[in-house]
Amino acid sequence: MSNLTRGTVRDSLSVAITVGTYGVAFGAASVAAGFSVVQSCLFSLLTFTGASQFAAVGVVASGGVAASAIAAATMLGTRNALYGIQMAPLLKVKGARRVFAAHITIDESTGVALSQAPRGVAAMREGFWITGTGVFIFWNIFTLLGALGAKALGNPASWGLDAAVPAAFLGLLWPRLQTNFLRGVAVTSMVFAMIVTPWLPAGLPIIATTLVAVVLGWRAR
Amino acid sequence: MSAVAMWIVLGATSVLCFSIKLLGHLVPEPWLANDRLQRINALIPISLLSALVVAQGVVVKTHVVIDHRLAGLAVAVAALFAKAPFPVVVVAAAATSALVFHLH
Repeated sequence: MSNLTRGTVRDSLSVAITVGTYGVAFGAASVAAGFSVVQSCLFSLLTFTGASQFAAVGVVASGGVAASAIAAATMLGTRNALYGIQMAPLLKVKGARRVFAAHITIDESTGVALSQAPRGVAAMREGFWITGTGVFIFWNIFTLLGALGAKALGNPASWGLDAAVPAAFLGLLWPRLQTNFLRGVAVTSMVFAMIVTPWLPAGLPIIATTLVAVVLGWRAR
Repeated sequence: MSAVAMWIVLGATSVLCFSIKLLGHLVPEPWLANDRLQRINALIPISLLSALVVAQGVVVKTHVVIDHRLAGLAVAVAALFAKAPFPVVVVAAAATSALVFHLH
């Protein structure tokens, strides 16, 4: 293994392990929302895109209807299509490998792959596969642990689990707020959500805030 | 939500999220290269995550409610400003919220 490759493996694994542990928060949030341990694990195995999973169980926890939960999760998942567009020409895989590549096309695998560009195309590919597979393994293990833990704890409020979920959303949001414009989008969205909350059925304010994204993203800036 | 509805959420979310991922690997690049689409798509996670913070942090059913959760969120914000790692942010928020919950 060359030095360059070793660096890529190290980068990939450190991201995979760190992000994988967040699965604890998802497993706990999912069980607190009323999903079973098995359903929580199936989410992580089959949906496997963190923000969407949190959104689906978050809408269910806030009393929203199924359609709102599915819509919120799906809209949060659209960015993965854009990642796929960037990764497909790099990976050049067909058949079952392409299906698996698609399944592990998430923030982290794409991010690490792109960050390996200075080390060359082979390192980028390696970064994608190791990070994607690594996150998949750790995310699923820690989802199970979080779900079992939450099941054992009982009343979510008693252990602060009801605050852990919005804190997790905030933790997912925070690194995206790189510019004043993006911070403005976040604050506007929060205010908008609070204003429409009394007027819409539970869960729908979450979907409605995508209007803020459409309006503020309409014009080039 | 009924047990059946929860299975529907799980099934539909999984199928749709995977389809989107696969779509990205299959469509020719120019299809999704529209500037406006890209700009809006970049903002949607920010809007949705912001709304989810509100819905989970300060809402009960269809009312804005200030309770123990907000204390947890305040600590989460402080932790994020202090560049604390994600698990620390979540655990600090939970501990604070639980403390306030039991003090009441």
